[in-house]
Amino acid sequence: MKTCLVVDDSRVIRKVARRILEDLGFQVAEAGDGADALAFCRSTMPEAILLDWHMPVMAGPEFLKRLRLEPGGEEPRVIFCSGETQVERIREVLESGADEFIMKPFDAEIMVGKLCAAGLA
Amino acid sequence: MTPRERDYVAGLCATLAGLNVETERGYLLETRLGALARREGYGSVSELARAVRDRGEERLIWAVVEAMAPAQTAFFRDPEVFARIGDELEALAARGTVRVWSAACGSGQEIYSIAMLLEERGVDGVELFASDIAERLLEKARTGLYNPFEAQQGLSARRLVRHFANSDDSFILDPEIRRQVKWRRLNLMDAAPGVGSFDLILCRHVLGSLLPQARDRVIANLSVALRPGGRLVLGVKETLSGASGLVPVPGAPGVFEVPVGVRAAA
Repeated sequence: MKTCLVVDDSRVIRKVARRILEDLGFQVAEAGDGADALAFCRSTMPEAILLDWHMPVMAGPEFLKRLRLEPGGEEPRVIFCSGETQVERIREVLESGADEFIMKPFDAEIMVGKLCAAGLA
Repeated sequence: MTPRERDYVAGLCATLAGLNVETERGYLLETRLGALARREGYGSVSELARAVRDRGEERLIWAVVEAMAPAQTAFFRDPEVFARIGDELEALAARGTVRVWSAACGSGQEIYSIAMLLEERGVDGVELFASDIAERLLEKARTGLYNPFEAQQGLSARRLVRHFANSDDSFILDPEIRRQVKWRRLNLMDAAPGVGSFDLILCRHVLGSLLPQARDRVIANLSVALRPGGRLVLGVKETLSGASGLVPVPGAPGVFEVPVGVRAAA
């Protein structure tokens, strides 16, 4: 079973994402910010990471940069999930190593499509 | 809506566009016509239906029919179909001008998916034509504007940043790509003189919403617009009867072609 780490400071978003991902057969872990997520990845590298942009302690782009420097950190497919809609900013995170980008609000159909595009479903 | 109002609307849709509106699925009528009723300033769908019946205003009648017609809403629906189409168009374009028709194009996602694919592959010389029965959807398609929800239906983030720019709260498709498509309002039940002939016609997820006789008529109208060797692309689970003169393409579910040297039967 593939593991997806959901990184978001909103408990509601984590819950919604968990439900969709579990229905798709993922084992789901949660983190409330980038620093917690990085600690999780150092012990267990997940196959997929659903990553918020703006978070306290460590934001999504910073986490992504650090993740990719970790041993095995190139492996997880990283899907940003954010309210950010500026094309230039979306391009920036894709160029810095994100695999996909989901704009909030999203539904199960959009998430499935993005997971497919990232080669995860 | 009363059963009589539902029957009236279903009758209109069947006569004018061959649509099979199932009157027992009242919620579908209420949902699709609800938005139209609000736009036109009616308090309910029943009020709208009565106004259509009593006034017989052509514009309103067609607005009802258009609202009940199926519409494509996703980019790159069935990605494997588009990958194959990309290969075929690339091969055909190397030999001369190629023409593609998205029949029942809705708000343009299907034909724009092909246009994006061609740009990505650097393929020139493909003429893109799209038609729909609904003028309102064609107007939206021409603008190339999609809200964030629409822009995520089937569109990868890489394609979004490659082909779209921000426009207020929406995304607008690259004008170079928009310019490649010619649009026309067409009822597929009618013969379409002047559209010319095509190498590829896409009519996906449309036939299932038509009455059997209307389906045969639409297929006949599309078939005469296919060049010898031309292909008709239906939904991957859709099929045709043998009477169409088209034959299934092995290994390509939902794709049928005019045998080379044969003109499809009208």
